[in-house]
Amino acid sequence: MPNAMPNTTPAAADASALLRRVPIDYLPLLILPLLALLALPLVGSFPTWVTLTIAGLAMGMMIFIMASGLTLIFGLMDVLNFGHGAFVSIGAFTATLVLLPMKDWVQADSLLLNLLALGLAVLLAMTVTGLLGWAFERIIIRPVYGLHLKQILITMGGMIVAEQMIHVIWGVEQIPLPMPETFRGVLIVGDAAVEKYRLIAVGIGLAVFAIMFLVLNRTKIGLLIRAGVENGEMVEALGYRIRRLFVGVFIAGSALAGLGGVLWGLYKETLTAAIGSETTVLVFIVIIIGGLGSVGGCFIGALLVALVTNYAGFLAPKVALVSNILLMVAILLWRPQGLYSVAKR
Amino acid sequence: MSEALLTLKGVHTHIGQYHILQGIDLVVPKNGLMVLLGRNGAGKTTTLRTIMGLWHASQGTVNFAGRDITHSATPDISCAGIAYVPENMGIFADLTVRENLFLAARNVKKAGEMDTARLEWIFGFFPALRKFWGQPAGTLSGGQKQMLAIARAIVEPRKLLLVDEPTKGLAPAIVRSLIDAFLELKTTETTILLVEQNFNFVKSLGDSVAVIDDGRMVHTGTMAELSGDMDLQQKLLGLALEHQY
Repeated sequence: MPNAMPNTTPAAADASALLRRVPIDYLPLLILPLLALLALPLVGSFPTWVTLTIAGLAMGMMIFIMASGLTLIFGLMDVLNFGHGAFVSIGAFTATLVLLPMKDWVQADSLLLNLLALGLAVLLAMTVTGLLGWAFERIIIRPVYGLHLKQILITMGGMIVAEQMIHVIWGVEQIPLPMPETFRGVLIVGDAAVEKYRLIAVGIGLAVFAIMFLVLNRTKIGLLIRAGVENGEMVEALGYRIRRLFVGVFIAGSALAGLGGVLWGLYKETLTAAIGSETTVLVFIVIIIGGLGSVGGCFIGALLVALVTNYAGFLAPKVALVSNILLMVAILLWRPQGLYSVAKR
Repeated sequence: MSEALLTLKGVHTHIGQYHILQGIDLVVPKNGLMVLLGRNGAGKTTTLRTIMGLWHASQGTVNFAGRDITHSATPDISCAGIAYVPENMGIFADLTVRENLFLAARNVKKAGEMDTARLEWIFGFFPALRKFWGQPAGTLSGGQKQMLAIARAIVEPRKLLLVDEPTKGLAPAIVRSLIDAFLELKTTETTILLVEQNFNFVKSLGDSVAVIDDGRMVHTGTMAELSGDMDLQQKLLGLALEHQY
């Protein structure tokens, strides 16, 4: 057994080892198409099914963007951040600072101007939420490392303060977040009507997932984050400061929550300060289903939750109220650690 | 003997309400392999963790290569030149063998830039690592994980290696390959502090030996002296065995 390939270079060993690579755990991946296929006969009409599925995927992508940072924040430092939703709200409200004054560009029938306006709004929202995330970590999280109860209380408190600050700055009335003109309307594909904006949301969600995947698998920082989620102590023993990694993850996670807030706000078109706290429960369900600390699990979990919500909402509206909880119970009965469990310590 | 690389003076360590180390004095000479023996719960692991800064001494000093590291943070201690192989091996199961070694090679920015000559040297005594190079480390056997954990500690030259019970739960054949690896390592500049309960494993490896019991040093000397003196073994290790279970 030893010395099976005595003189190969590491690179050659790499290639041959790929062939013998242990199969990835595909089962959770199979649930999504299975669920969609199962829903098709129940929904009955193919065009309706297409509409529901794409709506579900779009919603799932937006939830994923909001939740992805949170699962890493928990995984890396065991920090329960119930204030994550605040960054969703702040992101959405910050976007109004760009999109409302830039009415001309937003209402113009030009994809380029629309995209520019949206790009600026996203940039500002992510910068603001990223900076606030940095401050939040320093002032609120740092004193309560390792103390779960205090983390829950103080981050909940942070969330309430943030909501009230939004009331102070933007008033208590709900305000509009105008959707750029060219994103409105539906595309007719076959007999199915698909909202354009949903396709855009799916595109952005996929892009975020792809970037995260590349960073976490191909860069040293990403590998360190994954290693840190698994065994932070060992990462420190190898000579890396996990605190610094964590601050970076916290900033990126908050900025992603901000991006999620902008997308979610555009989707709803009107904003209230509670937009973040409304999504918090959903986000927590998603990261629990996915397995705390797993970005891949979070992605599948978000899509699952959103698809189930959409199908249930169409088939049995009353069940839709509890469908997320039922889904979570079912997944946890199957895999108590979530879809992809990350070995801890 | 040669000069001291690591010196512990009167080190006390508390974990919560427990007073584990109760004034440890230990001098690890430069080069060679020192064995730290003692029964379960004597404080061997705590000693290593205190050196590594994973727990901090409440009293006393830890001096490494002329520097006081008693209150240093773990990453700084690591960067000063100490590598640590914990008892649970601490491998990253989700990452491949290659990625595990890449992270341990602190000065390497890209996985492809790892020192191939050094990797070949490691593959020389741990061929399994070459074989499973691209596999998630979680799929390795216990012995292979131990090899990876040690390889990670030596993928770049370090001044001192702390290794905690590497033979625990391993098959005799694998233990033999670990002995070979440690013999090879002893020919390098690296100093090794090895914690063990398996006296037969370390008898042939150790240059010096320290025995710890109830958080105190009860014996220090050369391995030759201890392995030649049955009475002393009986006194130190027989006693230890009685208490073991």
